[in-house]
Amino acid sequence: MTDVAKRKDVAPAPLEWEYAPAPEARDIVRFEERYGLFVAGEHVDPKSGQWFATTSPASEEQLAEVALAGAEDVDLAVGAAREAYENGWSGLRPSERAKYLFRIARILQERSRELAVAESLDGGKPIKESRDVDLPLAAAHFFYYAGWADKLEYAFPNRRPRPLGVAGQIIPWNFPLLMLAWKIAPALAAGNTVVLKPAETTPLTALLFTDVCRQAELPPGVVNIITGDGSTGAHLVKHPDVNKIAFTGSTEVGKAIQRELAGTGTHLTLELGGKAANIVFDDCALDQAIEGIVNGIYFNQGHVCCAGSRLLVQESIYEPLVSKLKRRLTTLRVGDPLDKNTDVGAINSKAQLERIREFVASGTEEGAEIYQPPCRLPEKGYWFVPTVFTNVAQSSRIAQEEIFGPVLSVLTFRTPEEAVEKANNTAYGLSAGVWTEKGSRILWMTERLRAGVVWANTFNRFDPTSPFGGYKESGFGREGGRHGLEAYLTFD
Amino acid sequence: MATTLTSMAVAPALPGGFELPLEPRLPRIGSVDAVALEARAGELAKRSIKKESKLQALVLAVRMMDLTTLEGADTPGKVAALCSKAIRPDPVDRTVPSVAAVCIYPNLVPTARDRLRGAGVKVASVATAFPSGQAPTALKVAEVRDVVEMGADEVDMVIDRGAFLSGRYAKVYDEICQVKDACGAAHLKVILETGELGTYDNVRRASLLAMAAGADFIKTSTGKVSPAATLPVTLCMLEAIRDVYDETGRIIGMKPAGGIRTAKQAIQYLCVLHETLGTDWMTPDLFRFGASSLLNDVLMQIRKQKTGAYQSLDYFTID
Repeated sequence: MTDVAKRKDVAPAPLEWEYAPAPEARDIVRFEERYGLFVAGEHVDPKSGQWFATTSPASEEQLAEVALAGAEDVDLAVGAAREAYENGWSGLRPSERAKYLFRIARILQERSRELAVAESLDGGKPIKESRDVDLPLAAAHFFYYAGWADKLEYAFPNRRPRPLGVAGQIIPWNFPLLMLAWKIAPALAAGNTVVLKPAETTPLTALLFTDVCRQAELPPGVVNIITGDGSTGAHLVKHPDVNKIAFTGSTEVGKAIQRELAGTGTHLTLELGGKAANIVFDDCALDQAIEGIVNGIYFNQGHVCCAGSRLLVQESIYEPLVSKLKRRLTTLRVGDPLDKNTDVGAINSKAQLERIREFVASGTEEGAEIYQPPCRLPEKGYWFVPTVFTNVAQSSRIAQEEIFGPVLSVLTFRTPEEAVEKANNTAYGLSAGVWTEKGSRILWMTERLRAGVVWANTFNRFDPTSPFGGYKESGFGREGGRHGLEAYLTFD
Repeated sequence: MATTLTSMAVAPALPGGFELPLEPRLPRIGSVDAVALEARAGELAKRSIKKESKLQALVLAVRMMDLTTLEGADTPGKVAALCSKAIRPDPVDRTVPSVAAVCIYPNLVPTARDRLRGAGVKVASVATAFPSGQAPTALKVAEVRDVVEMGADEVDMVIDRGAFLSGRYAKVYDEICQVKDACGAAHLKVILETGELGTYDNVRRASLLAMAAGADFIKTSTGKVSPAATLPVTLCMLEAIRDVYDETGRIIGMKPAGGIRTAKQAIQYLCVLHETLGTDWMTPDLFRFGASSLLNDVLMQIRKQKTGAYQSLDYFTID
């Protein structure tokens, strides 16, 4: 460094080059003060009489009040969906169904800026992600399944596909609108009607989506949105007139749902937690692998069920990799989700922040070495510095349990066999990553990794045509692709 | 363990010219994943630079500029005018600094040297059978000696792509070594002509080769081949520079050249530089833009930042 210092005398470099704030305009989205439930095409006050506030995790300000649906409200919503299913939607020409889905897709594109800003406000994710990932993918899902709506016989030749009926769908808070699209698009394309419950902390984009449905002139009752908390979800799961439950969320809740539905004949798909191994071999393109590791765990603040939260590094490149990774962390920009230069936004809720803190404390206690880059966090709101743990044992809690936050655990391996063993040594099996220049090794690994998705030389890539889902405690059933369609159909 | 390595290190060369390394670790050339590299460059290109930080970047871009003319039709008159522009880019706004250097053909070095004397703007000359590099080594070395003697402060050489692409890396290496030697005190920028190398793996290999042979700067392109500089290629070379610094402590500069025409592009390059090598590298001593038409767009944007209004091109001189 002395050399650099000397050269600076000749032509001084700027001491710091701070990027000025570059916030996306917030006024493109206007929230109502209060949102009722969306049942049979109308916004209605909840029979429960209860409301709750939804806040921005970045500023803790209240954005709107939303209804808390009780048992009676859930019943009305399911009734509306049943009515729409029996008297119209299921008898509609498939090409007509496609037309509505294409319309929704186009409206999502047209209103993408508004929805992206709303998503970042309500959920805390950086605007660059809601703008470049969530919204384009949500629209892509509707476009993709719109294309299948009138071709179901070709998707499943000689199997006579028929819709299931009313689908109850419960989605998480990490990708609110995208998960809505993953759920609603295939369900409608297959001819079902839906009752969807968005997560308690992120209901706003689903409520804005009701306006998209209105704009698309979707028949009333085909999509019903009920907001609420865990109890609302439980009512929906227990409702006898629901033919299918699709749940994305925690393994704990997933297990409870499966217990509840055992023996009822209700169809069920679960997309639950994960503890993905991101496996880096010594022949990889190192700088690009660093990017993949960072994208794998710090994308969306690590609130990703398929996040690459366990980094398995071949010992021969451990040191250069860790030093490169630490340096890369210092360039991550944590802060205002609406700033276009923000890389890591706010933690979704206070409860989640506490959970992350608890895990990090346990990591330090168990003897792992913690690294956090110097980082100025905003005073208000829920924030957590991107964190790396090295010296982590396979038996540590931070190597076993899903943290769902920007916390990476680094472990090492010596041979490909050992990498596979360690990667599979988990209760989960949602995703994995392999970084190597050898094509044959990628294939060898994917044959052995027990994970629903294996990314090679990339991570956290999604596409509507590609099925997504888990092994073991990560759930069952697939979303995306023809597999995702199958989950909303019954066959003779 | 250490003893084994020592005895390995003094072992004789193996058949086929393969020498065992003296370092404790095998040298790592490494490879580059094109998809991920381009994705990362694309991400950095989306940085939104506003207000103060934008003005800061624009002024820095002027200070980093190698104002270039490399035409068969270049004359002393043309180069003299270019030199005046280099010293004072915006006659209206005297706070705008001079550019780093003018970059010209060998025959015009004396004109530029006379014109720039005492102005703090360097004379950079292309050499080594620019732009193709397809000439005998002795001629190239002689050319370099001549331009240095005529007063060039910086020499922009081209590598022999013919040799590189046919796998004769030693020829490329030796030639750079000889040119470096001929440069004496002059700074050596090694042009890889990335548009002809075909893959990022080759770009990385050529970057490491040039740095090992003594380059002070590595430079993307001659400007005569398309594509010239791109963000991903620049990122790839900056990463190689970073690796060399980490391994050896040697500090090498970077010069993207060709195809950078707008202030917006220049700021994107600065973002890539900033987030790859940090502020230490954000000086004209370690980063240059090779460009002929970039300057006026940057000047226009500087005036826009200062006054809030765009002015027509007629208010910027066209030298």
